[in-house]
Amino acid sequence: MQFLSFLISGLSLGSVYALIALGYTMVYGIAKMLNFAHGDVIMVGAYIIYVVSTMQGLPVWVGILASVLGCTALGMLIERLAYKPLRGAQSLAVLITAIGVSYFLQNAALLIFGSSPKSFSSIINRKPIRLFSGDLVISWEAILTLSVSILIMIALTVFISKSKQGKAMRAVSEDRAAAQLMGINVNRTITLTFAIGSALAAVAGILLCSSYPTLTPYTGAMPGIKAFTAAVFGGIGSIPGAMLGGVLIGIIQMLANGYISTQLSDAIVFAVLIIVLLVKPTGLLGKKINEKV
Amino acid sequence: MSQKAIKLLGGSRPVDKNSAITVSIVVALFAVIEVLKGTGHISNLLSGLLVPICMYITLAVSLNLVVGILGELSLGHAGFMCVGAYASALFSLVTKEAIPMTWLRFLLAFLIGGAVAAVFGLLIGIPVLRLKGDYLAIVTLAFGEIIKNLVTILHLGVDKHGLHFSTESVAALRLAEDGRILIKGALGITGVPKSSTFEIGFVIVMITLLVSLNLVRSAKGRAIMAIRDNRIAAESVGINITTYKLFVFSLSAFFAGLAGVLYSHNLATLTANTNNFGYNMSISILLLVVLGGVGSIRGSVIAAIILTALPELLRGLSDYRMLIYSILLIVIMLFNASPKLVALRERVSPKNLIKRKKAQKEVQANV
Repeated sequence: MQFLSFLISGLSLGSVYALIALGYTMVYGIAKMLNFAHGDVIMVGAYIIYVVSTMQGLPVWVGILASVLGCTALGMLIERLAYKPLRGAQSLAVLITAIGVSYFLQNAALLIFGSSPKSFSSIINRKPIRLFSGDLVISWEAILTLSVSILIMIALTVFISKSKQGKAMRAVSEDRAAAQLMGINVNRTITLTFAIGSALAAVAGILLCSSYPTLTPYTGAMPGIKAFTAAVFGGIGSIPGAMLGGVLIGIIQMLANGYISTQLSDAIVFAVLIIVLLVKPTGLLGKKINEKV
Repeated sequence: MSQKAIKLLGGSRPVDKNSAITVSIVVALFAVIEVLKGTGHISNLLSGLLVPICMYITLAVSLNLVVGILGELSLGHAGFMCVGAYASALFSLVTKEAIPMTWLRFLLAFLIGGAVAAVFGLLIGIPVLRLKGDYLAIVTLAFGEIIKNLVTILHLGVDKHGLHFSTESVAALRLAEDGRILIKGALGITGVPKSSTFEIGFVIVMITLLVSLNLVRSAKGRAIMAIRDNRIAAESVGINITTYKLFVFSLSAFFAGLAGVLYSHNLATLTANTNNFGYNMSISILLLVVLGGVGSIRGSVIAAIILTALPELLRGLSDYRMLIYSILLIVIMLFNASPKLVALRERVSPKNLIKRKKAQKEVQANV
């Protein structure tokens, strides 16, 4: 019973990681950059819904809408101002710029909201379900997180594989120059990728803060790194890989939390990552790249 | 000093201009600060920054060996610093009474801190260096986080029965009455002698600098840069890639360990958190390397000095300090690396304007 409850909380946390990891992996696949500011977009999304729904008292759906739209705009803005001028530059330069953006978002939030944690009110107010005469408690947040994440993942998979824009995204990630020759607007496709990734980050932020209701300017940092780990774990650049990696990392973390030690759970997650990468150097579902001599 | 050590420090090799400039900059700065210190013209704020500046120079130069010379992205450099800091702090704490001579104890602390970090570098390097690019980066990040995490939960005590350690609490150590607690988990190590001074920091910086500058110019260094530029070509002319990679990785870890010793002997209490040994620190060191110029050791030194002093110089802006710092960072990166801006800079730079005018004149003369 205990195992089942750890598993459920792991699945719910893992699906949040998966949503964030999707943003990392899509951006990596298309723009070939590690967007270190992605974790902080989660934090911005959570603050937006906090301001709209908790401080202003507007209905929750308005807050969710504002958060998703706000983050989408933010993602596109960051891409336009900070990353687009660096297209074709060294990858390290882009990485450092992304870190600069991450510092900027954190410190801007610190200035506006202060460093004291804000208590985030969950977007659903319902008593948890008790099964097996109270042995197994499932929170509504976990159910909501799981179902929303599954829906989003299905929608995203369909979008990527069937729609014209989705095909364009795959083409750009396969070969940017060839895609351009075929008449695909590469710049617009990259902007679209950032928009989708940031919208997913907003949803992840709302779901994460509903389950773990403290909000500080650094809320996004650790989930960001974990999700980045998840994306690498599943094979960075691979969309099913990010989903699988996210869910697995969430479950491993919760099981380690429950059975071994709460303080060591992060170390265990990273240790598992290292072992997996040593056995499969390009992640679980990553493509093996053959070198040409 | 053995023949080999002299060679490593560049004793028998002719001096090249570039390295000489770098070394003279550092020596000149040291002399200026010593004079200012002697005449009492130095503020408290700045004198508190001197040891951290030495530490950051050492860290940046050593990370540059991995990132710039070997060409592998490492995001776990702070982990090695952490190992060096803890190992040496523990040593100094235990031998505080046994070795009364501060200089000897501190020298041994440096050797131990550096050596332990180098061993960790080697141990981590063996599995990690099989990976490439971003995968290597994430694994070094993971190792750094694991080291920080393990150190935070470690409790260590000593009594007449020997060493006791636990991952839970001080009480779980079950020390005898004469027992002494050495590491208190998240509360860290207290009572490490504050032996770090600017002069010792300078010596460490010089050692790091001389070894690194000479490594780059040696046959070993050329082999390493060949691996960076074209791994397959390097392998096919008989360069042993694994050996060289491990060598650079552990050498870099050794220097990071030395920086850790400087750090731990500059504080009253040594604890591990995200900002000093976690990934934030690794990123800050990487920032120094990239802003100074990947592969440029002089750049790392200058960036370390400026960027360590910058947040303090911006202190007047109080709350806006870090915000401005982050904006500066983005702007510098855009200015430095954006292909369009680089092209623009080249067009308007005075050197090129003169060149172009000359070319025009020649064309006219030919007509």
